Amino acid sequence: MNEFSYIYLIPLIPILTFLFLGFTAKKIKEPVSGYIGTASLAAVFALSVYTAYKYFFEVGMVNGKYEPVLVMIKKGWVNFTDKLAIDLGILLDPISAMMLIVVSTISLMVHIYSLGYMHSDTGFSRFYAYLSLFTFSMLGLVLSSNLFLIYIFWELVGVSSFLLIGFYFEKPSAVAASKKAFIVTRFADMFFLIGILMVGYFGQSFDFETLNSESTIHMITGWIANHQIFSFMGLSIFTWALILIYIGGMGKSAMFPLHIWLPDAMEGPTPVSALIHAATMVVAGVYLVARLFPLFYHIDNGAALGVVAVVGAFSALFAAIIAFTQEDIKRVLAFSTMSQIGYMMMALGVSGYEGHEGLGYMAGMFHLFTHAMFKALLFLTAGAIIHAVHSNFMKDMGGLHKYMPISRWVFLIAALAISGIPPFAGFFSKDEILTAAFEYNKFIWFIGFLVAGMTAFYMFRLYFRIFHNKDTDYGDHKPHEAPFTMAFALVFLGIMTIIAGFIPFSELVSADRMPFHSEIHWTSPLVIGSILIAASGIGIAYLMYYKETDYPQKFASGMGAGYKWAKNKFYMDELYIFVTHKIIFDKISKPIAWFDRNVIDGFMNLLGVTTEKAAEKIKFIQTGRMQDYAMYFVSGVIAIVMLIVYFRN
Amino acid sequence: MIEGVTLFEIMSLTTILFFIGIYGFLTRTNLIAMLMSLELMVNAEAINFVAINKYLSPTVMQGQIFSLFIIALAAAETALALAIILHLYRLTKTVDVKEVKELKY
Repeated sequence: MNEFSYIYLIPLIPILTFLFLGFTAKKIKEPVSGYIGTASLAAVFALSVYTAYKYFFEVGMVNGKYEPVLVMIKKGWVNFTDKLAIDLGILLDPISAMMLIVVSTISLMVHIYSLGYMHSDTGFSRFYAYLSLFTFSMLGLVLSSNLFLIYIFWELVGVSSFLLIGFYFEKPSAVAASKKAFIVTRFADMFFLIGILMVGYFGQSFDFETLNSESTIHMITGWIANHQIFSFMGLSIFTWALILIYIGGMGKSAMFPLHIWLPDAMEGPTPVSALIHAATMVVAGVYLVARLFPLFYHIDNGAALGVVAVVGAFSALFAAIIAFTQEDIKRVLAFSTMSQIGYMMMALGVSGYEGHEGLGYMAGMFHLFTHAMFKALLFLTAGAIIHAVHSNFMKDMGGLHKYMPISRWVFLIAALAISGIPPFAGFFSKDEILTAAFEYNKFIWFIGFLVAGMTAFYMFRLYFRIFHNKDTDYGDHKPHEAPFTMAFALVFLGIMTIIAGFIPFSELVSADRMPFHSEIHWTSPLVIGSILIAASGIGIAYLMYYKETDYPQKFASGMGAGYKWAKNKFYMDELYIFVTHKIIFDKISKPIAWFDRNVIDGFMNLLGVTTEKAAEKIKFIQTGRMQDYAMYFVSGVIAIVMLIVYFRN
Repeated sequence: MIEGVTLFEIMSLTTILFFIGIYGFLTRTNLIAMLMSLELMVNAEAINFVAINKYLSPTVMQGQIFSLFIIALAAAETALALAIILHLYRLTKTVDVKEVKELKY
């Protein structure tokens, strides 16, 4: 074992907390269970920060390159063949160390925040138990050393997401939303599993380090070059396997067209939305692509990576358009999350591999990090607002800056960060993404550039309509500022949002794990352009929403059907219902059900009916008189004896 | 081995006895008489066992032992059958099988 041998404690503490809180949820009362959960998470946070610090600054760097550290808990955990086995191991490398920080920080903040937010909720202890389960699964996911392990934790985060979306299980809409999230992500995970099996079969290993090693990549590219491997539609089977794995990532990361569960997932409590559906679980797909990045980049010259880029860019644009029209603040944030994750996918997709060419990879990871901070902050602030106003809808808000100064300032910081205004965190990561995209493909860059402006517009539409706009009359029930625990989390994340951008990320995380230097060129047209488009987005939002005006109505009616389509999320839900009900159920399932009921069951019924009819005909020989039976028996015996005698001769 | 008597003669006797039993079993409707017919058939078989043993393989004793078993079993069977008949009589006040035909289709 090495100096990281304690690291199994990081996922172990939350699962023990989950078991403890789960078994004692009825006995331990609020707020003790919350304190237990928060204390255990604080321990995990401390361990994670210590681990990341030790990895990045003491142990990880070997000869100018970050070497991965593998802590093997059990080798040969499940053996398939002599060569192919699943190990139980923990892989520590720059991205998993970074994800440790992200997951534990956001989770700790959400734990602290929920002490206030979930106050006097009947399911308080249950909530903390579920949060611990989720934290365990997510930490396990980021630390997994092979594809099968990541798949196990992948499903576990799916389960905890299901449990937390359906937390208010007495609400039918929450139950429906949790089912929808679970089924859609499970559907995607089916492809993920097929992809894992294919990659394991062709790559002859499930371990990330073996799969990503030069020898494996060399072997597979050699097969592709010599046509020794099956190919379909011009792409080798291995690329298809990677695309299948990416479909799994699309399901979890809510990429078009598997995004439909994310807006509905907002039925869960708001801290859950902040933790799972904004900061950590939904970026699992990005993390997965980053994990297998050398394969994505090298096999078939990055064909699978092209798919990642296109899906990411399209989802970013698609979600940003929908976010314009939504009225529920959590749904605006949900679509904004989807859009930003599309951004990260796009960044990975446009990335090169070595040195400065790997800018997109580093930018995607950087954006993951900063986005986790400011999007969690946005959601938690939205939670504070909902807590104060008791409504999710913007029409019930307005003028809140008088009542909630802390929330207003942190929301403003987060909104500026997501819009890409320096010096806040989002600016740095977003700008790196745009620079990388510009070098790769001008069209992808243009989509990213457009989305940056749209993001600024819809975020400030949200900000102005919540905190300024009209002076809503709140009657006797005046909105109040968040209690201390909630405000603490908000301020902490606000500070993180301000400083996260100044982390020299390229020195820590890069595609080939070799640190490189990257800085913002303040005078380049790209940087100035992206600041300008963000500023103009904010300016338009200011004109339309700072005071109550009739511009929004004019704009909406000017757009006509387009507005209606965007407002209804481009009828994607209806399309899914149509495909599943009208096509799959009606055209496939019903004929199959008919076949089953009439042909298969019919055959069995035929056998039964025939026997019954025959029995009906011959039942009269059963007279119930003993002599008759004896007669049949004796004549039968005599007949048989006579037959035997006859045939013997 | 009985002097002046052949196996054929003994087996003729047992066959006649056996078919008298069958005839009785099929024609009499009184359960006691049917039981007696049954005993006749069993005893015919017992005689068969002993005779064939004695005439065909006198060195072994299985046939005779078998007939002892048959006698013991027949006694037990008769006791059981009489108990059933007695019970039936208590239920239906008759021992005539024509009157007892509930167990039919």
